[in-house]
Amino acid sequence: MKSWVFSDNVDTDVIAPGRYMKFGIDEIARHCLEAVASDFPKNVRPGDFVVAGRNFGCGSSREQAPAALKHLGVAALVAESFAGLFYRNALNLGLPALVCSRAKRIRDGDRLSIDYATNEVFDLTSGERLPFKPIPAHLMEMVRDGGLLPHLEKRLKCRTTS
Amino acid sequence: MPATLAEKLVARAAGRSSVTPGEIVTCKVDLAMMHDSGGPRRVKPMLERLGAKVWDPSKVVVITDHYLPAYDDESRKIIRIARDWVREAGIENFYDAQGICHVVLPERGHLRPGMFVVGGDSHSPTGGAFAAYVFGVGATEMLGVLVTGEIWLEVPHTIVMEFDGALEPGVSAKDMMLFLIGRFGLDGGQYEAVEYRGAAIRRLPMQERMTLCNMTAELGGQTGLVASDGVTRDFLKADVETWQSDPQAPVLEHHRFDASELAPQVAAPHSPANAGPVDQFRDVQPTLAYIGACTGAKLEDLRMASRILRGRKSKMRLLVAPASVRDQETAEAEGTLKAFVDAGAELLPNACGICAGYGEHLLPENMVAISSTARNFKGRMGAASSQVYLASPYTVAATAVAGRVCDPREFLR
Repeated sequence: MKSWVFSDNVDTDVIAPGRYMKFGIDEIARHCLEAVASDFPKNVRPGDFVVAGRNFGCGSSREQAPAALKHLGVAALVAESFAGLFYRNALNLGLPALVCSRAKRIRDGDRLSIDYATNEVFDLTSGERLPFKPIPAHLMEMVRDGGLLPHLEKRLKCRTTS
Repeated sequence: MPATLAEKLVARAAGRSSVTPGEIVTCKVDLAMMHDSGGPRRVKPMLERLGAKVWDPSKVVVITDHYLPAYDDESRKIIRIARDWVREAGIENFYDAQGICHVVLPERGHLRPGMFVVGGDSHSPTGGAFAAYVFGVGATEMLGVLVTGEIWLEVPHTIVMEFDGALEPGVSAKDMMLFLIGRFGLDGGQYEAVEYRGAAIRRLPMQERMTLCNMTAELGGQTGLVASDGVTRDFLKADVETWQSDPQAPVLEHHRFDASELAPQVAAPHSPANAGPVDQFRDVQPTLAYIGACTGAKLEDLRMASRILRGRKSKMRLLVAPASVRDQETAEAEGTLKAFVDAGAELLPNACGICAGYGEHLLPENMVAISSTARNFKGRMGAASSQVYLASPYTVAATAVAGRVCDPREFLR
Protein backbone atom coordinates (compact mmCIF):
# COMPACT_ATOMS: atom_id res chain seq x y z
CA MET A 1 0.00 0.00 0.00
CA LYS A 2 1.08 3.57 -0.48
CA SER A 3 3.26 5.68 1.74
CA TRP A 4 2.66 9.16 3.13
CA VAL A 5 5.99 10.88 3.72
CA PHE A 6 6.56 13.45 6.47
CA SER A 7 9.59 15.43 7.66
CA ASP A 8 11.59 15.44 10.94
CA ASN A 9 10.10 16.19 14.39
CA VAL A 10 6.42 15.64 13.53
CA ASP A 11 4.83 16.39 16.94
CA THR A 12 1.80 14.94 18.70
CA ASP A 13 -0.01 18.29 18.56
CA VAL A 14 -0.28 17.92 14.78
CA ILE A 15 -0.98 14.17 14.96
CA ALA A 16 -3.74 14.58 17.60
CA PRO A 17 -4.54 18.28 18.19
CA GLY A 18 -5.28 19.19 21.83
CA ARG A 19 -8.55 20.94 21.09
CA TYR A 20 -10.10 17.66 19.87
CA MET A 21 -8.79 15.56 22.77
CA LYS A 22 -12.07 15.74 24.65
CA PHE A 23 -13.75 13.80 21.83
CA GLY A 24 -13.55 10.14 20.90
CA ILE A 25 -10.97 8.72 18.50
CA ASP A 26 -13.30 9.13 15.46
CA GLU A 27 -13.21 12.90 15.76
CA ILE A 28 -9.51 13.11 16.68
CA ALA A 29 -8.59 10.93 13.68
CA ARG A 30 -10.55 13.26 11.39
CA HIS A 31 -7.96 15.96 12.19
CA CYS A 32 -4.88 13.73 12.30
CA LEU A 33 -1.90 15.50 10.66
CA GLU A 34 -4.20 17.99 8.90
CA ALA A 35 -2.04 20.95 9.99
CA VAL A 36 0.84 19.63 7.85
CA ALA A 37 -1.02 17.54 5.21
CA SER A 38 -4.65 18.67 4.88
CA ASP A 39 -5.60 15.74 2.60
CA PHE A 40 -4.15 13.04 4.88
CA PRO A 41 -7.14 12.29 7.14
CA LYS A 42 -9.50 12.31 4.11
CA ASN A 43 -7.41 10.29 1.69
CA VAL A 44 -5.37 7.85 3.78
CA ARG A 45 -6.54 4.27 3.15
CA PRO A 46 -6.37 1.19 5.39
CA GLY A 47 -3.05 -0.52 4.76
CA ASP A 48 -1.18 2.72 3.95
CA PHE A 49 2.12 3.58 5.65
CA VAL A 50 3.31 6.72 7.39
CA VAL A 51 6.98 7.41 6.70
CA ALA A 52 9.00 10.12 8.46
CA GLY A 53 12.44 11.42 9.32
CA ARG A 54 13.83 11.86 12.83
CA ASN A 55 11.94 11.99 16.14
CA PHE A 56 8.45 11.19 14.84
CA GLY A 57 5.81 11.71 17.54
CA CYS A 58 7.71 14.12 19.79
CA GLY A 59 5.81 16.07 22.42
CA SER A 60 2.90 14.84 24.48
CA SER A 61 2.29 11.43 26.08
CA ARG A 62 -1.20 11.40 24.55
CA GLU A 63 -1.85 7.92 23.28
CA GLN A 64 -4.49 9.29 20.94
CA ALA A 65 -1.63 10.19 18.57
CA PRO A 66 -0.75 6.60 17.59
CA ALA A 67 -4.39 5.61 18.22
CA ALA A 68 -5.59 8.06 15.53
CA LEU A 69 -3.11 6.63 13.01
CA LYS A 70 -4.21 3.11 13.88
CA HIS A 71 -7.87 4.14 13.68
CA LEU A 72 -7.28 5.42 10.13
CA GLY A 73 -5.93 2.00 9.22
CA VAL A 74 -2.23 2.85 8.97
CA ALA A 75 -0.44 -0.51 8.74
CA ALA A 76 2.92 0.57 10.14
CA LEU A 77 5.09 3.60 10.83
CA VAL A 78 8.55 3.79 9.29
CA ALA A 79 10.91 6.52 10.51
CA GLU A 80 14.59 7.29 11.01
CA SER A 81 13.74 7.56 14.71
CA PHE A 82 10.75 7.92 17.03
CA ALA A 83 10.27 9.93 20.21
CA GLY A 84 10.62 7.35 23.02
CA LEU A 85 7.22 7.88 24.61
CA PHE A 86 5.41 7.75 21.27
CA TYR A 87 7.31 4.57 20.35
CA ARG A 88 6.14 2.82 23.53
CA ASN A 89 2.57 4.06 22.98
CA ALA A 90 2.46 2.84 19.36
CA LEU A 91 3.65 -0.66 20.26
CA ASN A 92 1.30 -0.74 23.26
CA LEU A 93 -1.55 -0.25 20.78
CA GLY A 94 -0.21 -2.94 18.45
CA LEU A 95 0.87 -0.42 15.80
CA PRO A 96 4.33 -1.39 14.49
CA ALA A 97 6.85 1.47 14.66
CA LEU A 98 9.88 0.57 12.57
CA VAL A 99 13.21 2.35 12.99
CA CYS A 100 14.78 2.52 9.54
CA SER A 101 17.92 4.64 9.11
CA ARG A 102 17.25 4.90 5.36
CA ALA A 103 13.58 5.90 5.65
CA LYS A 104 14.32 9.06 3.61
CA ARG A 105 14.89 6.86 0.52
CA ILE A 106 11.13 6.36 0.42
CA ARG A 107 9.23 8.87 -1.76
CA ASP A 108 5.73 10.08 -1.09
CA GLY A 109 3.28 7.68 -2.75
CA ASP A 110 5.73 4.74 -3.04
CA ARG A 111 4.07 1.36 -2.53
CA LEU A 112 5.58 -0.57 0.38
CA SER A 113 5.42 -3.96 1.98
CA ILE A 114 7.01 -5.01 5.27
CA ASP A 115 8.89 -8.27 5.68
CA TYR A 116 9.00 -9.08 9.41
CA ALA A 117 10.96 -12.28 8.75
CA THR A 118 13.92 -10.42 7.25
CA ASN A 119 13.28 -7.08 9.04
CA GLU A 120 13.10 -5.16 5.78
CA VAL A 121 10.86 -2.52 4.29
CA PHE A 122 10.39 -3.43 0.61
CA ASP A 123 9.81 -0.32 -1.53
CA LEU A 124 7.88 -1.87 -4.43
CA THR A 125 8.04 1.38 -6.43
CA SER A 126 11.83 1.81 -6.35
CA GLY A 127 12.65 -1.88 -5.87
CA GLU A 128 14.83 -1.06 -2.84
CA ARG A 129 14.95 -3.17 0.32
CA LEU A 130 15.56 -1.05 3.42
CA PRO A 131 16.50 -2.83 6.66
CA PHE A 132 14.83 -1.80 9.91
CA LYS A 133 15.92 -2.39 13.51
CA PRO A 134 14.06 -5.47 14.76
CA ILE A 135 11.43 -4.78 17.42
CA PRO A 136 12.71 -6.37 20.70
CA ALA A 137 11.28 -9.87 21.18
CA HIS A 138 9.31 -9.11 24.37
CA LEU A 139 7.55 -6.27 22.53
CA MET A 140 7.00 -8.11 19.25
CA GLU A 141 4.95 -10.71 21.11
CA MET A 142 2.77 -7.91 22.47
CA VAL A 143 2.41 -6.33 19.01
CA ARG A 144 1.37 -9.71 17.56
CA ASP A 145 -1.27 -9.98 20.30
CA GLY A 146 -2.64 -6.64 19.09
CA GLY A 147 -1.17 -4.48 21.86
CA LEU A 148 -0.78 -4.41 25.63
CA LEU A 149 -4.50 -4.65 26.47
CA PRO A 150 -5.18 -7.90 24.54
CA HIS A 151 -1.74 -9.12 25.69
CA LEU A 152 -2.69 -8.59 29.35
CA GLU A 153 -6.10 -10.13 28.68
CA LYS A 154 -4.36 -13.25 27.37
CA ARG A 155 -1.98 -13.36 30.35
CA LEU A 156 -4.77 -12.94 32.89
CA LYS A 157 -6.83 -15.65 31.15
CA CYS A 158 -3.84 -18.03 31.23
CA ARG A 159 -3.46 -17.34 34.94
CA THR A 160 -7.14 -18.14 35.66
CA THR A 161 -7.20 -21.33 33.60
CA SER A 162 -3.90 -22.68 34.97
CA MET B 1 31.45 -0.42 39.91
CA PRO B 2 30.76 3.33 39.87
CA ALA B 3 27.20 4.06 38.69
CA THR B 4 25.22 7.06 37.52
CA LEU B 5 22.25 8.39 39.47
CA ALA B 6 19.91 6.97 36.80
CA GLU B 7 21.52 3.51 37.02
CA LYS B 8 21.27 3.51 40.82
CA LEU B 9 17.58 4.46 40.74
CA VAL B 10 16.71 1.86 38.09
CA ALA B 11 18.76 -0.86 39.84
CA ARG B 12 16.91 -0.26 43.11
CA ALA B 13 13.52 -0.46 41.37
CA ALA B 14 14.58 -3.61 39.49
CA GLY B 15 15.77 -5.27 42.71
CA ARG B 16 19.32 -5.54 41.38
CA SER B 17 22.71 -4.54 42.78
CA SER B 18 23.66 -2.98 39.46
CA VAL B 19 22.36 -2.53 35.91
CA THR B 20 24.01 -1.90 32.55
CA PRO B 21 22.77 0.68 30.03
CA GLY B 22 20.96 -1.01 27.15
CA GLU B 23 19.70 -4.05 29.05
CA ILE B 24 15.97 -4.50 29.51
CA VAL B 25 14.76 -4.74 33.10
CA THR B 26 11.41 -4.90 34.87
CA CYS B 27 10.96 -2.29 37.58
CA LYS B 28 8.60 -2.14 40.54
CA VAL B 29 6.70 1.15 40.52
CA ASP B 30 6.67 3.14 43.78
CA LEU B 31 4.09 5.65 42.57
CA ALA B 32 1.80 6.11 39.56
CA MET B 33 0.42 9.60 38.87
CA MET B 34 -2.47 10.34 36.51
CA HIS B 35 -4.48 13.38 35.47
CA ASP B 36 -8.04 13.67 34.23
CA SER B 37 -7.20 13.66 30.52
CA GLY B 38 -5.03 10.55 30.22
CA GLY B 39 -6.12 8.93 33.50
CA PRO B 40 -9.45 7.59 34.76
CA ARG B 41 -11.46 8.23 31.58
CA ARG B 42 -8.97 6.09 29.62
CA VAL B 43 -7.96 3.41 32.15
CA LYS B 44 -11.37 2.75 33.73
CA PRO B 45 -12.92 1.04 30.65
CA MET B 46 -9.74 -1.00 30.13
CA LEU B 47 -9.66 -2.16 33.77
CA GLU B 48 -13.32 -3.17 33.42
CA ARG B 49 -12.58 -5.10 30.23
CA LEU B 50 -9.86 -7.00 32.08
CA GLY B 51 -11.94 -7.39 35.24
CA ALA B 52 -8.82 -6.19 37.07
CA LYS B 53 -8.25 -4.00 40.10
CA VAL B 54 -5.53 -1.44 40.92
CA TRP B 55 -2.51 -3.32 42.30
CA ASP B 56 -2.05 -0.92 45.24
CA PRO B 57 -4.39 2.11 45.58
CA SER B 58 -2.05 3.72 48.13
CA LYS B 59 0.57 4.04 45.37
CA VAL B 60 -1.68 5.91 42.96
CA VAL B 61 -2.16 9.69 42.84
CA VAL B 62 -4.88 11.29 40.71
CA ILE B 63 -4.86 15.03 40.03
CA THR B 64 -7.42 16.95 37.94
CA ASP B 65 -5.83 19.76 35.94
CA HIS B 66 -6.58 19.49 32.20
CA TYR B 67 -10.35 19.92 31.85
CA LEU B 68 -10.70 22.47 34.63
CA PRO B 69 -12.65 24.54 34.98
CA ALA B 70 -15.10 22.33 33.09
CA TYR B 71 -16.58 24.46 30.32
CA ASP B 72 -18.86 22.13 28.34
CA ASP B 73 -20.60 18.76 28.54
CA GLU B 74 -17.56 16.77 27.44
CA SER B 75 -15.21 18.35 30.00
CA ARG B 76 -17.79 18.04 32.79
CA LYS B 77 -18.14 14.34 31.96
CA ILE B 78 -14.36 13.78 31.97
CA ILE B 79 -13.99 15.42 35.40
CA ARG B 80 -16.96 13.46 36.77
CA ILE B 81 -15.41 10.17 35.65
CA ALA B 82 -12.21 11.07 37.56
CA ARG B 83 -14.11 11.95 40.74
CA ASP B 84 -16.26 8.79 40.61
CA TRP B 85 -13.41 6.47 39.73
CA VAL B 86 -11.10 7.44 42.60
CA ARG B 87 -13.94 6.58 44.99
CA GLU B 88 -14.67 3.23 43.32
CA ALA B 89 -10.98 2.31 43.15
CA GLY B 90 -10.27 3.38 46.73
CA ILE B 91 -7.69 6.00 45.78
CA GLU B 92 -7.23 8.43 48.63
CA ASN B 93 -4.50 10.53 47.04
CA PHE B 94 -6.86 12.65 44.94
CA TYR B 95 -6.22 16.36 44.37
CA ASP B 96 -9.19 17.96 42.70
CA ALA B 97 -8.68 21.43 41.18
CA GLN B 98 -5.57 22.03 43.28
CA GLY B 99 -3.26 22.86 40.37
CA ILE B 100 -1.11 21.17 37.73
CA CYS B 101 -0.11 17.59 38.53
CA HIS B 102 3.69 18.01 38.19
CA VAL B 103 3.64 20.87 40.69
CA VAL B 104 1.06 19.41 43.09
CA LEU B 105 2.79 16.00 43.33
CA PRO B 106 5.96 17.20 45.12
CA GLU B 107 4.13 20.08 46.84
CA ARG B 108 1.99 17.50 48.69
CA GLY B 109 5.01 15.42 49.63
CA HIS B 110 4.56 12.45 47.29
CA LEU B 111 8.10 12.50 45.86
CA ARG B 112 11.24 11.43 47.69
CA PRO B 113 14.77 10.89 46.40
CA GLY B 114 15.32 7.28 45.34
CA MET B 115 11.77 6.62 44.13
CA PHE B 116 10.74 5.07 40.79
CA VAL B 117 7.64 6.80 39.46
CA VAL B 118 5.54 6.79 36.28
CA GLY B 119 3.26 9.65 35.29
CA GLY B 120 0.54 9.73 32.69
CA ASP B 121 1.91 12.88 31.10
CA SER B 122 4.97 13.79 29.04
CA HIS B 123 6.13 16.43 31.53
CA SER B 124 6.43 13.81 34.28
CA PRO B 125 10.26 14.10 34.24
CA THR B 126 9.66 17.29 36.29
CA GLY B 127 9.85 15.05 39.38
CA GLY B 128 13.43 14.06 38.52
CA ALA B 129 14.48 17.30 40.18
CA PHE B 130 14.01 15.37 43.44
CA ALA B 131 16.53 12.68 42.43
CA ALA B 132 13.68 10.26 41.69
CA TYR B 133 13.35 8.36 38.39
CA VAL B 134 10.13 9.80 36.95
CA PHE B 135 9.00 9.39 33.35
CA GLY B 136 5.88 9.74 31.23
CA VAL B 137 3.74 6.92 29.83
CA GLY B 138 0.56 6.72 27.75
CA ALA B 139 -2.80 5.46 28.98
CA THR B 140 -2.46 1.80 27.96
CA GLU B 141 1.00 1.58 29.50
CA MET B 142 -0.47 3.14 32.66
CA LEU B 143 -3.11 0.42 32.61
CA GLY B 144 -0.30 -2.16 32.60
CA VAL B 145 1.23 -0.48 35.66
CA LEU B 146 -2.12 -0.29 37.45
CA VAL B 147 -2.70 -4.02 36.92
CA THR B 148 0.81 -5.36 37.57
CA GLY B 149 2.64 -2.65 39.57
CA GLU B 150 5.54 -3.10 37.17
CA ILE B 151 6.95 -1.67 33.95
CA TRP B 152 9.75 -2.64 31.57
CA LEU B 153 12.60 -0.27 30.89
CA GLU B 154 15.68 -0.22 28.74
CA VAL B 155 18.32 0.94 31.22
CA PRO B 156 19.22 4.44 30.00
CA HIS B 157 22.64 5.88 29.35
CA THR B 158 23.29 9.19 31.05
CA ILE B 159 23.89 12.49 29.28
CA VAL B 160 25.41 15.08 31.61
CA MET B 161 24.66 18.78 31.15
CA GLU B 162 27.03 20.61 33.49
CA PHE B 163 26.66 24.32 34.14
CA ASP B 164 29.53 25.99 36.01
CA GLY B 165 29.47 29.50 37.44
CA ALA B 166 26.22 31.30 38.20
CA LEU B 167 23.36 32.70 36.13
CA GLU B 168 23.18 36.46 35.77
CA PRO B 169 20.15 38.13 37.40
CA GLY B 170 17.32 37.96 34.86
CA VAL B 171 18.49 34.62 33.43
CA SER B 172 16.82 31.40 34.55
CA ALA B 173 16.48 27.63 34.23
CA LYS B 174 14.07 28.17 31.32
CA ASP B 175 16.86 29.95 29.41
CA MET B 176 19.22 27.03 30.12
CA MET B 177 16.68 24.63 28.64
CA LEU B 178 15.83 26.70 25.56
CA PHE B 179 19.58 27.04 24.97
CA LEU B 180 20.12 23.26 25.26
CA ILE B 181 17.12 22.43 23.04
CA GLY B 182 18.27 24.98 20.45
CA ARG B 183 21.73 23.48 20.50
CA PHE B 184 20.97 19.74 20.65
CA GLY B 185 17.50 19.63 19.09
CA LEU B 186 14.21 18.01 20.11
CA ASP B 187 15.89 14.60 20.16
CA GLY B 188 19.16 15.69 21.78
CA GLY B 189 18.19 13.70 24.88
CA GLN B 190 17.96 10.50 22.75
CA TYR B 191 15.37 9.11 25.21
CA GLU B 192 18.20 8.65 27.71
CA ALA B 193 18.53 10.08 31.23
CA VAL B 194 19.72 13.70 31.21
CA GLU B 195 21.47 14.73 34.42
CA TYR B 196 21.98 18.38 35.30
CA ARG B 197 25.09 19.11 37.34
CA GLY B 198 27.48 21.86 38.32
CA ALA B 199 27.77 24.88 40.58
CA ALA B 200 25.03 26.81 38.74
CA ILE B 201 22.58 23.92 39.16
CA ARG B 202 23.31 23.54 42.88
CA ARG B 203 22.52 27.25 43.31
CA LEU B 204 19.05 26.86 41.74
CA PRO B 205 15.98 26.73 44.00
CA MET B 206 13.90 23.56 43.82
CA GLN B 207 11.25 24.83 41.42
CA GLU B 208 13.94 26.07 38.99
CA ARG B 209 15.43 22.57 39.04
CA MET B 210 11.91 21.31 38.28
CA THR B 211 11.88 23.54 35.18
CA LEU B 212 15.10 21.89 33.95
CA CYS B 213 13.70 18.40 34.39
CA ASN B 214 10.28 19.44 33.03
CA MET B 215 11.71 20.62 29.72
CA THR B 216 13.83 17.50 29.40
CA ALA B 217 10.67 16.33 27.61
CA GLU B 218 11.30 18.91 24.86
CA LEU B 219 14.98 17.90 24.80
CA GLY B 220 13.84 14.34 24.08
CA GLY B 221 15.19 12.68 27.25
CA GLN B 222 13.26 9.93 29.03
CA THR B 223 13.85 11.72 32.29
CA GLY B 224 15.79 14.64 33.72
CA LEU B 225 17.66 14.30 37.00
CA VAL B 226 19.29 16.46 39.66
CA ALA B 227 21.13 14.95 42.64
CA SER B 228 19.47 15.50 46.02
CA ASP B 229 21.08 17.93 48.47
CA GLY B 230 20.23 20.54 51.11
CA VAL B 231 17.93 22.39 48.69
CA THR B 232 15.90 19.18 48.22
CA ARG B 233 15.71 18.61 51.99
CA ASP B 234 14.62 22.20 52.67
CA PHE B 235 11.87 22.06 50.04
CA LEU B 236 10.52 18.70 51.24
CA LYS B 237 11.00 19.69 54.89
CA ALA B 238 12.23 16.16 55.49
CA ASP B 239 15.52 14.46 56.18
CA VAL B 240 15.97 12.69 52.85
CA GLU B 241 18.74 10.49 51.51
CA THR B 242 21.42 11.83 49.20
CA TRP B 243 21.17 10.20 45.78
CA GLN B 244 23.87 11.17 43.29
CA SER B 245 26.10 9.81 40.53
CA ASP B 246 29.49 8.41 41.39
CA PRO B 247 32.08 10.81 39.97
CA GLN B 248 33.83 8.09 37.94
CA ALA B 249 30.68 6.55 36.45
CA PRO B 250 30.91 6.39 32.65
CA VAL B 251 28.36 8.49 30.75
CA LEU B 252 27.26 8.68 27.11
CA GLU B 253 27.95 12.42 26.73
CA HIS B 254 29.23 15.13 29.06
CA HIS B 255 28.69 18.75 28.01
CA ARG B 256 30.02 21.70 30.00
CA PHE B 257 28.80 25.29 29.88
CA ASP B 258 29.52 28.51 31.74
CA ALA B 259 26.17 29.68 33.14
CA SER B 260 27.44 33.25 33.57
CA GLU B 261 27.75 33.60 29.78
CA LEU B 262 24.14 32.59 29.09
CA ALA B 263 21.81 35.30 27.71
CA PRO B 264 18.01 35.12 27.98
CA GLN B 265 16.67 32.88 25.20
CA VAL B 266 13.58 33.01 22.99
CA ALA B 267 12.26 30.17 20.78
CA ALA B 268 10.44 31.19 17.60
CA PRO B 269 7.35 29.42 16.22
CA HIS B 270 6.75 26.47 15.81
CA SER B 271 9.41 24.62 17.78
CA PRO B 272 11.25 24.97 21.11
CA ALA B 273 14.37 24.12 19.08
CA ASN B 274 14.11 27.47 17.22
CA ALA B 275 15.87 29.10 20.16
CA GLY B 276 18.37 31.93 20.18
CA PRO B 277 19.48 34.90 22.31
CA VAL B 278 16.70 37.42 23.01
CA ASP B 279 18.53 40.11 20.95
CA GLN B 280 17.62 38.29 17.75
CA PHE B 281 13.92 38.83 18.40
CA ARG B 282 13.75 42.55 19.27
CA ASP B 283 11.50 43.34 16.29
CA VAL B 284 8.79 40.90 17.39
CA GLN B 285 5.69 42.62 18.80
CA PRO B 286 3.35 40.16 20.49
CA THR B 287 -0.16 41.21 21.48
CA LEU B 288 -0.50 38.62 24.26
CA ALA B 289 1.84 37.65 27.09
CA TYR B 290 1.08 34.39 28.90
CA ILE B 291 2.58 33.22 32.17
CA GLY B 292 1.25 29.76 32.83
CA ALA B 293 1.76 25.99 33.05
CA CYS B 294 3.92 23.59 35.05
CA THR B 295 6.91 24.92 33.10
CA GLY B 296 6.35 28.59 33.69
CA ALA B 297 3.94 29.57 36.48
CA LYS B 298 5.24 27.96 39.66
CA LEU B 299 5.86 30.23 42.66
CA GLU B 300 9.48 30.85 41.58
CA ASP B 301 8.29 31.72 38.07
CA LEU B 302 5.76 34.18 39.46
CA ARG B 303 8.46 35.73 41.65
CA MET B 304 10.77 36.20 38.66
CA ALA B 305 8.08 37.87 36.56
CA SER B 306 6.99 40.06 39.48
CA ARG B 307 10.50 41.52 39.79
CA ILE B 308 10.00 43.02 36.31
CA LEU B 309 6.31 43.88 36.64
CA ARG B 310 6.47 45.66 39.99
CA GLY B 311 5.57 49.33 39.52
CA ARG B 312 5.05 48.92 35.76
CA LYS B 313 2.08 48.48 33.43
CA SER B 314 1.69 45.86 30.73
CA LYS B 315 1.34 47.28 27.21
CA MET B 316 -0.40 44.14 25.98
CA ARG B 317 -2.95 41.64 27.25
CA LEU B 318 -1.21 39.79 30.09
CA LEU B 319 -2.62 36.49 31.39
CA VAL B 320 -1.34 34.62 34.42
CA ALA B 321 -2.44 31.12 35.47
CA PRO B 322 -0.51 30.20 38.67
CA ALA B 323 0.48 26.52 38.52
CA SER B 324 -1.08 25.52 41.83
CA VAL B 325 -3.56 26.80 44.40
CA ARG B 326 -0.89 26.68 47.09
CA ASP B 327 1.64 28.59 44.97
CA GLN B 328 -1.00 31.21 44.25
CA GLU B 329 -1.83 31.55 47.97
CA THR B 330 1.84 32.05 48.82
CA ALA B 331 2.24 34.53 45.95
CA GLU B 332 -0.75 36.41 47.25
CA ALA B 333 0.44 36.45 50.86
CA GLU B 334 3.93 37.70 50.02
CA GLY B 335 2.76 40.40 47.58
CA THR B 336 4.05 38.71 44.42
CA LEU B 337 0.59 38.44 42.91
CA LYS B 338 -0.17 42.11 43.55
CA ALA B 339 2.59 43.09 41.10
CA PHE B 340 0.69 41.18 38.40
CA VAL B 341 -2.67 42.70 39.24
CA ASP B 342 -1.24 46.23 39.40
CA ALA B 343 0.42 45.67 36.00
CA GLY B 344 -3.03 44.87 34.56
CA ALA B 345 -2.78 41.07 34.42
CA GLU B 346 -5.88 38.88 34.21
CA LEU B 347 -5.84 35.93 36.59
CA LEU B 348 -6.79 32.51 35.14
CA PRO B 349 -7.54 29.21 36.96
CA ASN B 350 -4.79 26.95 38.35
CA ALA B 351 -4.88 24.47 35.48
CA CYS B 352 -3.12 23.48 32.24
CA GLY B 353 -5.41 25.78 30.21
CA ILE B 354 -4.08 27.39 27.06
CA CYS B 355 -0.71 25.62 27.21
CA ALA B 356 -2.31 22.29 26.45
CA GLY B 357 -4.93 23.66 24.05
CA TYR B 358 -7.72 23.31 26.60
CA GLY B 359 -10.31 25.76 27.87
CA GLU B 360 -11.90 28.89 26.54
CA HIS B 361 -8.92 31.22 26.03
CA LEU B 362 -7.33 29.56 22.99
CA LEU B 363 -5.29 31.81 20.70
CA PRO B 364 -7.28 33.21 17.76
CA GLU B 365 -6.16 33.27 14.09
CA ASN B 366 -2.84 35.03 13.46
CA MET B 367 -2.29 36.08 17.06
CA VAL B 368 1.34 36.63 18.07
CA ALA B 369 1.99 35.61 21.68
CA ILE B 370 4.94 35.24 24.03
CA SER B 371 4.60 32.47 26.60
CA SER B 372 6.45 31.00 29.59
CA THR B 373 5.19 27.51 28.64
CA ALA B 374 7.15 24.58 27.18
CA ARG B 375 5.85 24.00 23.64
CA ASN B 376 5.00 26.18 20.66
CA PHE B 377 4.12 23.47 18.18
CA LYS B 378 1.80 24.55 15.39
CA GLY B 379 -1.78 24.91 16.62
CA ARG B 380 -1.02 23.64 20.14
CA MET B 381 -2.32 26.73 21.94
CA GLY B 382 -5.09 27.61 19.46
CA ALA B 383 -5.36 28.45 15.77
CA ALA B 384 -2.73 26.89 13.48
CA SER B 385 -1.98 30.42 12.22
CA SER B 386 -1.15 31.73 15.72
CA GLN B 387 2.53 32.39 16.42
CA VAL B 388 3.92 31.50 19.84
CA TYR B 389 7.33 32.62 21.08
CA LEU B 390 8.66 30.80 24.14
CA ALA B 391 10.67 32.56 26.82
CA SER B 392 11.35 32.71 30.56
CA PRO B 393 8.91 34.35 32.99
CA TYR B 394 11.41 37.26 33.22
CA THR B 395 11.44 37.75 29.44
CA VAL B 396 7.67 37.36 29.06
CA ALA B 397 7.14 40.03 31.75
CA ALA B 398 9.77 42.34 30.21
CA THR B 399 8.11 41.94 26.80
CA ALA B 400 4.70 42.75 28.27
CA VAL B 401 5.89 46.04 29.78
CA ALA B 402 8.09 47.00 26.79
CA GLY B 403 5.46 46.19 24.15
CA ARG B 404 8.01 44.21 22.13
CA VAL B 405 10.37 41.31 22.83
CA CYS B 406 12.80 42.66 25.40
CA ASP B 407 15.86 41.56 27.40
CA PRO B 408 14.71 41.48 31.06
CA ARG B 409 18.20 42.44 32.25
CA GLU B 410 17.44 45.99 31.04
CA PHE B 411 14.90 46.29 33.87
CA LEU B 412 17.11 44.74 36.53
CA ARG B 413 20.25 46.87 36.13
